[in-house]
Amino acid sequence: MQVKEYKPLIVAFCCNWCSYAGADLAGNNRLNYPADVKIIRVPCSCRVNPTFVLRAFQRGADGVILCGCHPGDCHYTSGNYYTRRRMALLFSMLDYLGIERERTRVEWVSAAEGAKFAATMNDFAEKVAALGENKRLEDLRCKK
Amino acid sequence: MFKCSVNEIYNVFAKIADGKKLYVPADNKDGNAVYTEWAEGVELSNALNTAKSPKDFFFPQFENLMEFKVEGKSIEVNDIREASEDFVVFGVRACDVKSFEILDRVFLVEPFDSYYASRREHGVIISMACTRPTETCFCTTFGIDCTNPGGDIAVWKTEDAYYWQANTEKGEKLLAALELEGCGEDAVNEQKEKTAKVMSKLPLAGLTTDSFGGGKTMELFNRPEWKTLSESCLGCGTCTFVCPTCQCYDVKDYNTGNGILRFRCWDSCMYSDFTKMAHGNNRLSQVERFRQRFMHKLVYFPENNEGIFGCVGCGRCLAKCPISMNIVKVMKTIGGND
Amino acid sequence: MQKINRNVLVEKAVSLLENGTVCCVLGWKKGEFDYDITPAVFTTKEDIEANFVFDDFCGANFSKYLVQKTRKAEGKILVFLKSCDTYSFNQLLTEHRFDREKVYAVGIPCEGMVDINKIRAISGEGISSVECGEKITVNTIYDEKFEINASDVLLERCESCKSKLHVAYDELIGEEGEVLESNRFDEVAKLEAMTPDERFAFWQSELSKCIRCNACRDVCPACTCEKCVFDNPKSGVENKAPANEFEEKMFHIIRAFHVAGRCTDCGECSRVCPQHIPLHLLNRKFIKDINEFYGDYQAGAEVGSRAPLANYTTGDIEPSEVFDGRGE
Repeated sequence: MQVKEYKPLIVAFCCNWCSYAGADLAGNNRLNYPADVKIIRVPCSCRVNPTFVLRAFQRGADGVILCGCHPGDCHYTSGNYYTRRRMALLFSMLDYLGIERERTRVEWVSAAEGAKFAATMNDFAEKVAALGENKRLEDLRCKK
Repeated sequence: MFKCSVNEIYNVFAKIADGKKLYVPADNKDGNAVYTEWAEGVELSNALNTAKSPKDFFFPQFENLMEFKVEGKSIEVNDIREASEDFVVFGVRACDVKSFEILDRVFLVEPFDSYYASRREHGVIISMACTRPTETCFCTTFGIDCTNPGGDIAVWKTEDAYYWQANTEKGEKLLAALELEGCGEDAVNEQKEKTAKVMSKLPLAGLTTDSFGGGKTMELFNRPEWKTLSESCLGCGTCTFVCPTCQCYDVKDYNTGNGILRFRCWDSCMYSDFTKMAHGNNRLSQVERFRQRFMHKLVYFPENNEGIFGCVGCGRCLAKCPISMNIVKVMKTIGGND
Repeated sequence: MQKINRNVLVEKAVSLLENGTVCCVLGWKKGEFDYDITPAVFTTKEDIEANFVFDDFCGANFSKYLVQKTRKAEGKILVFLKSCDTYSFNQLLTEHRFDREKVYAVGIPCEGMVDINKIRAISGEGISSVECGEKITVNTIYDEKFEINASDVLLERCESCKSKLHVAYDELIGEEGEVLESNRFDEVAKLEAMTPDERFAFWQSELSKCIRCNACRDVCPACTCEKCVFDNPKSGVENKAPANEFEEKMFHIIRAFHVAGRCTDCGECSRVCPQHIPLHLLNRKFIKDINEFYGDYQAGAEVGSRAPLANYTTGDIEPSEVFDGRGE
């Protein structure tokens, strides 16, 4: 019997104006990143509130990454600054509760940074894979 | 009547726990008594009562009822309940034993609740007589004798021994298997007398239910005092969730992403969406919700259950309410025997 | 132990009520025993004189009640505020949750409130009377008598009192205090110093006690949403019961996060928790982080200040830098 290779499920919240286009560019340039990265397009990284992150974990994500415009480049002027504060506090709180730090990340990726997008996803997926399955923020009801 | 010495109690527990799960009140790290599965090393709590009532054993706060799997055009319905195993609960106080009788009147009448019934069938209750009642106790108000706690087996503790007496067939079977030494009742009777004396001295000893009961709805429903009593109620569910007799629940569906899980969980009449229906809420204000809780326990329940009140006087709500509003204050204010 | 006598407050309340300044009084009402004091609205002199109390069991923070009560009140409401309560009061004003014009706030000094659970742990069951003072005298129905130092049985929040300064009032009774050097972050730091596994085990055991009674939320002066997401079936996260470990964490993380930057650390959540979960340790973690990342900030210290999560600077710390120099 073949042992199924463990592949982490990753949810990436991507800002419509930068990272989502960055992901597109990565695709156009034939840059590889794991197929288990599920992208959710959001109008701005600051659309993501902490419940989104927790819900992603609840529904089976092993890692959650937020990608937004570089600070200063927000399509809406300041959205990503709020994201930055919010996620800094949320990640610190998750760590405080003993949840692995490497499961969450924020990365600023512009529309021109297809290569960075792919590299970020590869690196993140690798780090999450090293942690193994998300056990500390799982909802058993949602496991198949 | 049978006895075992205080030192032997854990040997007796080991005998009971051999083959069945045994739950006993044990202190958690905050010093609160919590029903804990007994294993070697778990120490019996000396607390008068557990923080949460034992109703969880028969009517858990949360339980999955069934599951729906949708595939194409077919829906598969699965009964996912875990088979009930025999279990024993030790150290249930008289008030809590009485609360099971009240729950039975809700769950074991048509429509029969098979989830509850199965656990009730598999559970053996070993009660324990009170020796040190506290100031918040008012079980006598509801005719409960804390020195005769009932249950399948009743246990009395004196300074040096535990005395056991079976009250039901289930209890007799279990007690016989424990092979305890037979004994007389003198020590127990002495203990009972001592406790009874304390009971008569309790600050709430004079509380009566005279002003309440079936048929009083019209008289009590519109009393102006409800407004002042509920004035500072936060609308939290503490009283209902620590209460041994609160039995309201909600049935909900949860979409797990790969099916639907139907579960039930305790509900609280203090919550704004309690018994919400298509037309909206029945009770729009906290006054109405507050009144519902006490009218249910003191008027509606006895009306439908041969005069049996929906409260057992365990005193948990007195100790736990964040704003210290409780059924005793309600009874004294509305009942007028202040 | 309170330096201020009940009678002073009663006189104040009665005079303000009688001269028409206020139409009702928010105060602490005598209970069945010496310790079960209920927040109440008084409207008559007789009621105040007979039932108003102020002693070491008056922990309840009235600020939140103003949100509902000012909507209905015909005139001004007299409210007594301890120093910690005044922070909640200001924070609610900052969020425009009630009309300041409808409140007459009287600041009162507080020497710390005591915790009946801690007293009970010493005296055992059967408390028949409690006399407050530097030494608390407890009598039981078993004819035992205990003398307990009030300072040994303070509420957790009073043990680490952050301020005796009143930041809001129309009138102050007694002496003004000052902001204190508080050790309130010590426990948080202790947890931070643990390994992730230990932290996880700690919170797992604490949060698993939760019975989702919502008392923490319902008492919280920062939780004033008209409809909480956890009560709203349309929110997708609504849940009435702690269905599993995830739901417990979800509720408490989101609740703490929602009040982050707005929580004044009044400590009501931990005081009312029937399961004794140290909820203040979640809120204080956010406060500590906010102080470290964005500079010291005390919610409610002044009206109109911009909450840290509704604010930013271009040089803020990156989420990836949060753990720099923080060890494991």
